[in-house]
Amino acid sequence: MAVVRRISRRVFVHGIGGGALVLAAGARAAPGYAASPPAVLRGTQFDLEIGSMAVNFTGRPRSATAVNGQLPAPLLLWREGDLIRVRVRNRLSVRTSIHWHGLLLPANMDGVPGLSFDGIDPGATFTYEFRAQQSGTYWYHSHSRFQEQTGLYGAIIIEPAGGERHVVERDYVVLLSDWTDEDPEHIYATLKRDSEYFNFSKRTVGDFFAAARARGWRAALAERRVWGAARMDPTDLVDVSGYTYTYLMNGVTPAGNWSAEFRRGERIKLRFINGSSMSFFDVRIPGLALTVVAADGQDVAPVAVEEFRIGAGEVYDVLVQPPEDAPYTIFAQSMDGSGYARGTLAPHTGMRAPVPPVDPPAQLSMADMGMSAAMADMPAMARAEPAHERNAAVDMRVSAPDDSLADPGVCLRGNGRRVLSYADLHTLGGALDARAPQREIELHLTGHMQRFIWSFDGRKFSEAPPIEFQHGERLRIVLVNDSMMTHPIHLHGMWSEIESAAGEFQVRKHTVLVRPAQILRYRVSAMAAGRWAFHCHLLYHMEAGMFREVTVRPADALARAARS
Amino acid sequence: MRLAARVTLLMPLALALARSAAAASTMAQSMDMNDAAPLGMFWLDQLEWRGLDEPNGAAWQGEGWYGGDYDKAWIRTEGESYSGRGEDARVELFWDHAVARWWNLEVGGRQDFGTGPARSWAALGVRGLAPQGVDVEATLYAGDAGRTAARLKIEYELLFTQRLVLQPELEMNVYGRADPARDIGAGVADLEVGLRLRYELRREFAPYAGLVWVRHYGATGNSLGAAGADQNEFSLAIGLRMWL
Repeated sequence: MAVVRRISRRVFVHGIGGGALVLAAGARAAPGYAASPPAVLRGTQFDLEIGSMAVNFTGRPRSATAVNGQLPAPLLLWREGDLIRVRVRNRLSVRTSIHWHGLLLPANMDGVPGLSFDGIDPGATFTYEFRAQQSGTYWYHSHSRFQEQTGLYGAIIIEPAGGERHVVERDYVVLLSDWTDEDPEHIYATLKRDSEYFNFSKRTVGDFFAAARARGWRAALAERRVWGAARMDPTDLVDVSGYTYTYLMNGVTPAGNWSAEFRRGERIKLRFINGSSMSFFDVRIPGLALTVVAADGQDVAPVAVEEFRIGAGEVYDVLVQPPEDAPYTIFAQSMDGSGYARGTLAPHTGMRAPVPPVDPPAQLSMADMGMSAAMADMPAMARAEPAHERNAAVDMRVSAPDDSLADPGVCLRGNGRRVLSYADLHTLGGALDARAPQREIELHLTGHMQRFIWSFDGRKFSEAPPIEFQHGERLRIVLVNDSMMTHPIHLHGMWSEIESAAGEFQVRKHTVLVRPAQILRYRVSAMAAGRWAFHCHLLYHMEAGMFREVTVRPADALARAARS
Repeated sequence: MRLAARVTLLMPLALALARSAAAASTMAQSMDMNDAAPLGMFWLDQLEWRGLDEPNGAAWQGEGWYGGDYDKAWIRTEGESYSGRGEDARVELFWDHAVARWWNLEVGGRQDFGTGPARSWAALGVRGLAPQGVDVEATLYAGDAGRTAARLKIEYELLFTQRLVLQPELEMNVYGRADPARDIGAGVADLEVGLRLRYELRREFAPYAGLVWVRHYGATGNSLGAAGADQNEFSLAIGLRMWL
């Protein structure tokens, strides 16, 4: 039975229970593949086959992009130090690719069409071969057009050569994603036509009167005037919402209720991966303390929280230890409160715990525009404007960006729970490279909400030359978010070592969330020669232009280029 | 406007579209990404029946575009047909170029149809979002035989719920001199104020009901007499707003 109900004006929960995945029946799908749960493939040699698969998450049959007939793709278990060989065969009618998200490897093995290689043509097989130099939780996904949105994502666990730091009785991957019945090309076109199409949390006349009653007419009017002057909407938290998305946990709808078993007192590791295309999840397990022990595959000093936000591309390993023989709900609400993914930690299969209500919708504050009410009418020009910025492509600029790592972000501030922030994360063992940065590159995260243009420094990918790193150099990347959206920024092939506001090493990540009006600094060691992707991991932002090539050139080549 | 002049006006559009298409195809081929891909849409903001007082009639207002982020071919059309009074319709075609954060420049032409002789105009205008979210279209026209005209349209949206939206709208047409053959007076020729309440079953499909007040200043420029007299109408409008 299809369940498509509207809990309130803002929350959409789509999805059907039971076997959400229908066995591959399409003409191109190979026979004999099992549906859920995803297979676990262990070893050093792997054969992956990318093809179309019939699925049904909402009551409507659709076609997904799957690996070995699975969505999510099989979990790959590697050992640190092993030489990994993965043969990927393309049974789609279009080109495909697999990118190993967060892994350090040779540039030609990174899986980005046009930069690393030519992509994998229909019918062709490409063999990836690289050494697993690191350990921890990672993931893989397609880097071709919208194939990630249609299902091509899976988890990777690389066991540390020296054994796991935290010995647990249970170890589960919790891969979060967003499914849509629509063609992603159509969603992209829709955003270009009406960027507010998916926002059903806009402010109404009634909201204005409520604000006036609560804070007085003058304050309510002044507040509306400031947003109106900026032509911005404080409810514009995500571009694609639960209006079209069904949020999945390990490929299972909320109604399907993905479950993991445990016995009372056992220690459980949950490896959360956000494999979604456009969603931020705020994750909690009511009744359980969450001890975060790793971020983006890298061990951190354990920190106990009640809730954490995970952006597209990010990974957190979390330990829990249920004190009761009772079910616990793993609750991952979309940042805008328009829906959620949900599963259960259960002593016995089939048990379920209450699902908490979605938090009341929050709105962006004027601080998220980088201004106080008093500054609203002043032109924002304190920081230098990026050179070559195209005015018509940039709808705001932040005069006084905030460098705090302690702000958990919009919708999480002051919600009464202990929420993780980057200030809580300390990578064990410190920075990989003790050198001080020799050079600094500042990039502004820019965009135009209404035109749905996204870019760095006001230039889309097609309009910008590559960013050049010199091989071997240690440099500092400074990101200034000149937009009202949070962006997960992902640099391929090299770690992003985030600095605290005081300039000390804080945490090592591969995907870095930058809040609206935030300035964030991280260090990069350009040890990997070649052409790399650097982009916002919101898929539709990347496709709209928020992408740059980073070229790591041998030192002499850079000098030659400078002379000529 | 002579044909040659019109072709000249549309040259930048053709060039801009060709440029973006070339950039787009290179990127699409190698990267499986395309941030410069041209897209398009057409929507009818209003397709409505008007009545209450006589005369009854039908009216439409639609827009469409094709192109990239900065340069688009933009089409705009509106018209009305009243029983016993004939038709009035126009189609405009622009090169629409994003010039500033909230503003686009429009260069092109306009053709008037309907009762009376057809008229052609060269057009230059701006389209954009004014502070507080007011949509503005302002266009200047130059026609044959020294005719001049201007059009201003402003529009706003007020949400009662996430789907119930009130849309106030004002449109005004001004002419440099009278055109009696088309029953147009000099100065402000017509003024239309609409208030439409729509329910968005989907964003793409919203039935609405509204009130429209039209003040039509006849060719004689004042309120006297027979044909070409002022009309001051208040009508009920029932219609559909949709993306096609």
